[in-house]
Amino acid sequence: MTSSFAERRPASLVAGVRAVINKDLLLEWRSRARVNATIFFAFLTLLLFLFAVGPDTHIMAQSAAGYLWLAVLLSSVLSLGESFRMEAENAALEGLRLLPVDPKAMFLGKAIANTLFLFLLAVILVPVTVAMCGVEVQGSLMHGVAILFLGAAAISAPGTLYAAIASQVRARDVLLPLLLFPVLIPAIIGAVKATKLLFAGDPMGDLGRWTALLIFFNATYWLLCLLLFGRVVEE
Amino acid sequence: MTLPSSSMVVQLNNVSKRYGRRWALVQLTFAIPEKSSVLLTGGNGAGKTTLLRMLATSLKSTRGEVRIFDKLSGVDNDLIRPRLALVTHDSHLYDDLSAEENLSLVGHFLPWVDMRRMGDILERVGLAPRRASAVRGFSAGMRRRLCMGRMLLVEPELVLLDEPFGQLDPPGVALVEEIIREVQQKQVTLVMSTHDVERGEALCDHHLHLKSGRVLRAVEPLGEPGEATRIAQELEARGGWH
Repeated sequence: MTSSFAERRPASLVAGVRAVINKDLLLEWRSRARVNATIFFAFLTLLLFLFAVGPDTHIMAQSAAGYLWLAVLLSSVLSLGESFRMEAENAALEGLRLLPVDPKAMFLGKAIANTLFLFLLAVILVPVTVAMCGVEVQGSLMHGVAILFLGAAAISAPGTLYAAIASQVRARDVLLPLLLFPVLIPAIIGAVKATKLLFAGDPMGDLGRWTALLIFFNATYWLLCLLLFGRVVEE
Repeated sequence: MTLPSSSMVVQLNNVSKRYGRRWALVQLTFAIPEKSSVLLTGGNGAGKTTLLRMLATSLKSTRGEVRIFDKLSGVDNDLIRPRLALVTHDSHLYDDLSAEENLSLVGHFLPWVDMRRMGDILERVGLAPRRASAVRGFSAGMRRRLCMGRMLLVEPELVLLDEPFGQLDPPGVALVEEIIREVQQKQVTLVMSTHDVERGEALCDHHLHLKSGRVLRAVEPLGEPGEATRIAQELEARGGWH
């Protein structure tokens, strides 16, 4: 034996989180076809909303923020489900549990990797939305990045928890949106309102309130999901 | 002879496990002495896999108490899990990662593992030429070899093997036998389920037989060659517990 069993302590939380993020991003990179399909699905969703509204540029510009976040939300169901499909295949999640990997590291690693992917998706969709809806962006780039990141993080925290729950049942594809969408209503309202103010301007100074709502939602759900994740992944 | 609890690696006290309405394990009570090799036999659906996953702390018992290394399963899992390895039908591998990347993951999560041994281990299990290939292209036998390699890398104190010879070609079977003997020389406790009772008997010194989730032969030392095969056949032929 190379080490006594008293010395056998798992990796620190930070090292564990880093290892999970690296693993998930590597797996996403290896399955680029699935990632591309998710991005294409988001574009298609955006296009369908625009076709449904018709050629009225005023309505399109007014509703652009809503189309953007609905496209991100609907695509998130695919990417969140996929992140746990990889874990369900060959019972890899059981393997991680038995190594053992701290469930907190598992949750944080997967939720951060999901946030990064959804943030990237939102960043790709913004110029397309702006161009197609004829929006003249009034807000600053820094505010825009912050809102997109907070919105992506708000979807990812409960999304990661519910994707873990849904991955354990047969009707996982149906269950995930049923669980996730009602919970995300405040976050989506906050993200849409804040993005709308960034697009159309913020003469009344309301952006801070919607940003605060997103920060509060994130703080609550990241903490809650972090505490609950261990119970979900253990039998 | 009753051994003191400290020399028992596994202790089950009146343990039952229920899936929905079906009882997979019913009131199991037995102990496994340290450094012993236990052959776990039983027909399909006898509860062998459920028992092994319970010993690995992956499943919780519905009733009763499971102690591994004198620690309570479900409570002290963080203390138990670093000391055991489970090799089962599910490979616990990521199909989109290579053999090397799958083993490297272990090193990222378990800092005590000496990753310099990885090359030798891949060589040992015959996967060195395919070290950079994605596991998705591996046959079932190759996956089993990689799982055995991961077990060697972790150097556990308790090894749980579920049908270790399944899906292997003759050289693969010989390799697994060799690895099991190597592990036994390191004074590791082994629990192995197999339908190949003769082969398992040659490797083990104790026998545990399950039928319909009940223990028909508790962990008892094996005597003359062929004893486990004969007893398993007799117990299966006997009526009841269906």
